[in-house]
Amino acid sequence: MSKDLSAAPEISEEDGRPKWDNKFQYILSCIGFAVGLGNVWRFPYLCQIHGGGAFLIPYFIALLFEGIPLLHLELALGQYLRKGSIGAWNSISPYLGGVGVGSWIVSVLVSLYYNTVLTWVMWYFINSFQEPLPWSVCPLNENRTGFNEECYESTSVNYFWYRKTLNITPDIAESGKLQWWLILCLAACWLVVYLCTIRGIETTGKAIYVTAIFPYLVLTIFLIQGLTLPGATEGLIYLFTPNLNTLKNPRVWLDAATQIFFSLSLAFGGLIAFASYNPTKNDCEKDAVTVAIVNSMTSLYASIPVFSVLGFKATTAYWDCLDRNIINIINEFDLPEESIMRQNYTSWISFLNSSYPEKIAGLKLKSCDLQEFLDQSVSGTGLAFIVFTQAIILMPGSQAWAILFFIMLFSLGLSSMFGNIEGVFTPLLELQIIPKSAPKELLSGIICLISFLIALSFTLGSGSYWIDIFDRYAGSVPLLVIAFFEVIGVVYIYKIKRFSKDVEWMTGRKLNLYWQITWRFISPLLLLIVFMAFVTLQMQRPPSYTAWNPKYEGFPMKEEKVYPPWVQAICVLLAALPCVCVPLVALFHLVKQKRRSKDPSFVPPEVFSCHGANSNFSHTKE
Amino acid sequence: MLRALLLTLSIVAIAHAELCKPDAQNAFKVRISIKTALGDNAYAWDANEEYLFKAMVAFAMRRYSSKSTTQISNVLLCNVTDRVSFWFVVTDSSKNVTTVPGSEVEAAIRMNRNRINNAFLLSDKTLQFLKITSTLSPPVEPSTPVWLIVFGVVLCLIVAGIVFLIVSGIQKHKKKNKDSTERENLEEKVEVTLENGIPCEALDLKPGHINGVFAADDERFTSL
Repeated sequence: MSKDLSAAPEISEEDGRPKWDNKFQYILSCIGFAVGLGNVWRFPYLCQIHGGGAFLIPYFIALLFEGIPLLHLELALGQYLRKGSIGAWNSISPYLGGVGVGSWIVSVLVSLYYNTVLTWVMWYFINSFQEPLPWSVCPLNENRTGFNEECYESTSVNYFWYRKTLNITPDIAESGKLQWWLILCLAACWLVVYLCTIRGIETTGKAIYVTAIFPYLVLTIFLIQGLTLPGATEGLIYLFTPNLNTLKNPRVWLDAATQIFFSLSLAFGGLIAFASYNPTKNDCEKDAVTVAIVNSMTSLYASIPVFSVLGFKATTAYWDCLDRNIINIINEFDLPEESIMRQNYTSWISFLNSSYPEKIAGLKLKSCDLQEFLDQSVSGTGLAFIVFTQAIILMPGSQAWAILFFIMLFSLGLSSMFGNIEGVFTPLLELQIIPKSAPKELLSGIICLISFLIALSFTLGSGSYWIDIFDRYAGSVPLLVIAFFEVIGVVYIYKIKRFSKDVEWMTGRKLNLYWQITWRFISPLLLLIVFMAFVTLQMQRPPSYTAWNPKYEGFPMKEEKVYPPWVQAICVLLAALPCVCVPLVALFHLVKQKRRSKDPSFVPPEVFSCHGANSNFSHTKE
Repeated sequence: MLRALLLTLSIVAIAHAELCKPDAQNAFKVRISIKTALGDNAYAWDANEEYLFKAMVAFAMRRYSSKSTTQISNVLLCNVTDRVSFWFVVTDSSKNVTTVPGSEVEAAIRMNRNRINNAFLLSDKTLQFLKITSTLSPPVEPSTPVWLIVFGVVLCLIVAGIVFLIVSGIQKHKKKNKDSTERENLEEKVEVTLENGIPCEALDLKPGHINGVFAADDERFTSL
């Protein structure tokens, strides 16, 4: 059997494999998988700290040379081989089976912690039906003479997040107890995931219509609302004013490359699974370009309302600062009310400073600078659960805005969860873990139940520290490694000529020079550079985290702590486990091969190797 | 006589000035923010309002100590600024030229804070008695937390959806099994109709074999 077997396999499409109801469902599922929480709470933050509009330059370059080629590769692979990640990589070459196993493990790890983030979103959602919003007021202390101390020293929003939601412990080594309210929400979240993925793409295909389209509606509503808020324009100007000097910093390019990579959810195996349910004669090239562009446009579109709201919050904080100073001055000098307004504040201050400098100094007035408030940039959970919730309190009709916001976050996260679960579900279905007669509902139920039980550990007091660890170590470095081996595997082991012919057969056109160059050289090189830079940066600073410790002197600032050695070991394990699968499986097959070749009675399986299922259809049109 | 009167008045005035001054013993500072509270409906602070204030403090003292000895004239105001802020002190009518202890005044004000606020259409924040802290009212909490109710609703919907999908899946599975068993039965019926190894259709369609023995016998019988 020659290795240049590249013509059409006669893989029957009547093989009983489930398929998408229509092309739109498939595209929407890919978009939903790619568009997730990171588009809302990571991209705007990166834009802000890396020079506003200037960040778009490295971002689009990374999209062109890394994002789109890798996406096309995965979609083409899944569509051609019609298998999930483990099966597909076994088909390419048994030595590359480890790539599939690695991406399966990453999908498992990410599913575990991602749903816990959705748990937090659900908790905030069900708390948004209260009037007033529970994070807007501080609870009173025991003898009702004042507010709860922890709440008073930080803010009510911080208190609700760290105490009432997470009930966080001051150290990762202290596990604390299981938080029963989080367990309830976690159970509900896993039940929602089970409901939507119960029969694989049959059910997710229907659910995706809601979960993928709804966030766009809400973003539009927030866009309109956000632009009407005072201070929105300041926020937007601040976001988009390009500062081209930042491009000299290599950190910016690294962040752009990693953002594109993680934003498109590459190397999870979910995209391969989605594409494997397609008919083989489908234009995967156009699909890849569509999904990548829609993902990036969504990031841009989402950053507009996010920054309008942040600008509004900064302006309100600035006004509050001014008002507090004004009240202090009026009370001290017994001036009539409304004599000092925000507009003439500076002139009054200079006048008073010249006439009564000691009195002014005695007041200890805080300097109010709008720029300083705008500079307070947050990303991730801090943006959603602290900054945004604070801004929502200030808006009229805050319950409605809170409900809308958290439903949007939940939909965004849920559609990404579908992809994660598919990346776990499809390979297991193919490996036939459960007998064929058993219904699919059983397998998805088992997956959801086991995941729920393991994820209970994230509802402990120290849970959010562990989620940070999983996010930083399991959901970052392994993906880069797996993607690198994906590209190398397809281009140099499966051979790009063969793959080009396969893609040509599927799409009906010859492969563009752009794909050839990016697949062969640019993307692997870029991945290697990004991986090196990423690891180097991580190595530079000792792995540390910031803890919420009310007993810390600098409270409400978070305390910087170093991970204890056993935690560091777990971090290394999380990062290394998926990566190590690649060489391990290759080694395993090598040993098996050597042992078989030593046994003379055994027919060498080379005839059947390297093209897995396709080799069954040896009678090809040649 | 007139001179004596003048002298007494001036002594009283001086005494009052002694009793009521900023940071005097048993004196309290009051700060009023009418414009903040009422905006456009703000009233101006004038001598009438001051009179009302004195009346309210006297009322509070009377209610607290339940002896009707405190008069409006016992409440002294001084140092009224544009802010509006001033100091006040309550004198004791029974003892000469002394002030009521601050703790009593504080307790009396605390007890009647609500009435005093309402008289001026203000609140604890806009009618401030510095040094007198107000007891904060606890937030209203319903018997079942609201979030639990919402959670219950959400959970019921999800479970209903799952049950529906599982049941419909089982029904589909049963129907598929029934269909496949029916097809099998149909095939079996076709096979069952085999008589002695010869399918019935064949027997029906093809003309039967004529047994030569009987055929020969037929000739013996006469036709009817």
